[in-house]
Formats: sequence, structure tokens, C-alpha cells
Amino acid sequence: MDFLTINRVDHTYFSKQTATQALQNIHLSIEKGEFISFLGPSGCGKTTLLSIIAGLFPPTAGTVLLEGQPVLSRDELQIGYMLQQDYLFPWKTIGQNVTLGLKLLKHDKETSLSTAMKLLQDVGLPNVEHQYPRELSGGMRQRAALARTLAVDPKILLLDEPFSALDYQTKLKLEDLVSETLKAYGKTAVLVTHDIGESIAMSDRIYLFAARPGRIHKVFEVPNELRSLTPFQARNHPSYSSLFQTIWKELESLEH
Amino acid sequence: MNINALHTQYKAALVKERRWVRFYQLLIFLAFFSGWEIASRFKWIDQLIFSSPSKIWSLFLTKISDGTLFNHLSITLFETVLGFIIGTLLGTLLAAILWWSPFLSRVLDPYLVILNAMPKVALGPILIVALGPGFTSIITMGAIISVIITTIVVYTAFKGVDPNYLLVLQTFGANRFQTFKEAVLPASFPTIISTLKVNVGLSWVGVIVGEFLVSSKGLGYLIIYGFQVFNFNLVLLSLMIIAVCATVMYQLVELLEKSLIKHDR
Repeated sequence: MDFLTINRVDHTYFSKQTATQALQNIHLSIEKGEFISFLGPSGCGKTTLLSIIAGLFPPTAGTVLLEGQPVLSRDELQIGYMLQQDYLFPWKTIGQNVTLGLKLLKHDKETSLSTAMKLLQDVGLPNVEHQYPRELSGGMRQRAALARTLAVDPKILLLDEPFSALDYQTKLKLEDLVSETLKAYGKTAVLVTHDIGESIAMSDRIYLFAARPGRIHKVFEVPNELRSLTPFQARNHPSYSSLFQTIWKELESLEH
Repeated sequence: MNINALHTQYKAALVKERRWVRFYQLLIFLAFFSGWEIASRFKWIDQLIFSSPSKIWSLFLTKISDGTLFNHLSITLFETVLGFIIGTLLGTLLAAILWWSPFLSRVLDPYLVILNAMPKVALGPILIVALGPGFTSIITMGAIISVIITTIVVYTAFKGVDPNYLLVLQTFGANRFQTFKEAVLPASFPTIISTLKVNVGLSWVGVIVGEFLVSSKGLGYLIIYGFQVFNFNLVLLSLMIIAVCATVMYQLVELLEKSLIKHDR
């Protein structure tokens, strides 16, 4: 059985003036432990699809099943969501931020804290739990946000351009960290990005989206030799460039 | 010249600047009161209306020694602080209810505008008849004058919280109450504090007007009484005391601000 199934999903946004079709007939499935990318220009409905997977709102038509059950009806927490920016709460310490999800789920305070400490250690942020977010650099904050997302032990991670607000060097380092951490925890992940290189370096499969209405244009399998490498090493592999060129041409053709 | 020496120099310059600020503040204070005293002594201004600092001071000492001043002051202070707290809490509570139900907030929107535009002190006579000429109606005046504007300002702050914080909570499966407690309320603390600062002044207005109308106790009563018997020493003394108390209340709000907003220092 598939881990996550997106079954003929359509979504339309309504406003007083217009009805905009954001997604048209999205149909795909993801296996457990896979890392998937949604790649496409802005306005292709990637983020809408991610929100629907997260169960933030129901699609106009179609269903999303996680382990055979609709995401909206499940009451336990399944989804971890990371945004463009860290959105750590500035009035909470890093420790309080990381344990936020566990606090909302009414987990024991002591065990929550030890989970948080271990996660912070894993993402390379020891001894910052008493600091406030503004005392940390952008990369450190995004790592803390990763720890916060992982703290609730979600079944699937949804990453909405989590590296786009960072400088290039930090972004490359964080790609490696996220990739390693997710592998270590055996998490399934969906990455939304408009960066071709990032999608090749990080994922096992790439769904290329076309805009207006948002639909899957083409699916690319990332070759095995790239999957086994870290994102940084993958960027230097010969197959990386050839896949980059192929996707680049597809994206070009979409614009015309 | 090493870095330490430069740093010491920089800190010394800061201290020096602060001293000059304090010096000019004190200068203005002394110039105002001595100018007032001199102008009054030489009859450049009408002593009967404008009194003089020395007369106010001697009246202050008399009123302290016979205990009446403390009595009036404590009543007014009690009413103001209570009016201030009730007004702010009620306003924030109303704002929370409006945030909770967007439908209700749309329904109530025009009524809030009307209530805000209406001069609340005009309700004074009705309140006194309805609640009796005692401290209940005066506290109500102190509260009612700030409650609507608090509601409007705080509700706007609640609505203005970055939706991505709410999204983070939503992905953690937070309910509406948890969302409010973890994100909406703490994110709005800076606005709530600045409303508190405005409300300090407003509550004094409400309470003093209330005491004008009820005219039995308190600093507002002393002002009205002093006016009626043409004792402007008493009016000005009451004004001075109000100024001092309002300033102290304002400082207390700033203390609260520092303890509430720790992350931004």
C-alpha cells in the first residue's frame, strides 16, 4: 500500500471577482521514506498542494490519503511543516519553541525538554535552549525550526521552500543537514522549491509543475548514483548537470 | 589607544550626556516653579487665580497634618486604578471575543464605531442615577471611558498577527484557544502595553469627571469644591497631586512592559 496517495485532487480559489483554478487533476503517490520535490514556477499551486496534504483545508475535489486514511479526519498529528522562514516565536526561548508542538499535544514537560535537547544536539545547536531566536543567525534559526518540526515525530515532513531565505553557503550546509537528519530519522518528505539544483540534490523524484492551472507536467526520477550522495556531493556529480539541463529545457518549454 | 580605552571613553560620553539631560530637566522644573513663585509675589499674575507654589505647599502641609488629603487621595487612587484595570481587562476580553468570532466582529463593527465616537463622560448623569452617587458609578466612568478604544486597538492588533505564526500552530493541530494563548496574545503584548499607557490618562479623566458630578469625596471633589468657594490653592494642589500619581502609574506600566516583553532587550 502507498504511504501517501493524492487522488485526483482539484482545487479552486474563490473571490468576489474570480474563481481561480489552482490545481487540476493532481494524482500521485509516495512510498515511505521517499524524498519528493515539487518543482515549478511561482503560481503553479505547489504551496496549495502542500497545504492540502497538510490538511490545512480540504481540496475542492479529490482525496489525500495517508496510510490509507484521509488526512483531514485523522486526529493524531501526522504532518510536520516547515516554512520559507523559521517563524520561531520571538517571545519564546529556543527550548520553548522546540517543545511547542509537544506542549500543544499535552506531553510531559520533562520528556519534552529532553527530546528537544537531543534534537537541538542533532541539528548542531547545543546549549542554545535558553536563548531567544533573535540571538541566533538565520541558519541557526532554520535549524531550530527543523528541530521544532521533528519534535512531534511527524510521519511526513512538508518543506515549503525552507532554504529560500538563506544565503547560499548556509543553504548548502542546511540542505546536507536536513537530508542527513531526515535519512537518520527515516522520514518521508515533500519539498516545494523553484530551485532546480536543490530539487535534484535533495530528492529521489521530481514532479515538475506547470502553472495556470497548476498541474503535473512531467516526472523525473533522480538517478541512483545521485540519491546515495549528500546534496553537496550530488551537486558535483556529472549526472547532476545532465539532469539539470533536461529539467531546464522542460521549464523553458513551459514558458512558451 | 586600545579598544578598552576607547570603550571606557564611549561609556563616559554616554554618562555625561545623561547627566546633561537630567540637568536640563531639573533646570526646567526649577525655572517653572521659581518663575511662578516670583510672578505671584510681584503680582505679575493674579494671586487669587494662579496661587503660588509656596501657598500650595503650605496648604499641602495643613491638609496632610489634618489627614483629609490622604483620605481624598486614597479614594481617587482606588477608583482610578480599579477603573483602569477593569477598562483594560474588559476591553482586551471584548477584543478576544471579537477575534474568536469574525462573524460577530463584522456584526458589531458599526456599533463599536458609534460607541467610540460618543463622548463617554456624557453618560455620567445616567450612570449616577442608575448606580447611585457612590464609587461604583465613578469606577464605571473610569472604565467606560477606555473600554471601547481598548477593544478597537487591541482587536486590530490581534488581527494583525503574522498569519504564518498561526499556520505553525495549525500544523501542530492547535485549537483556537491554544492559538490565542501561544501566538495571538503574546504577539499583541506591545500594543496592549501602549493601550495601557493611553488608558492611564483616560481613567484619570473618567474618575475626575465622575467625582465632579458626584461631588462628595476625592480629588475631583476637591477641585470642584475649591472652584465653588474660589479657593484656587486647593484646585492647583489637587492638580499637582493628580500629575504626580498619573506619572507614577505610567512608570508602573513601563515596569510591567519590561517584565512582559523580555525577548526584545
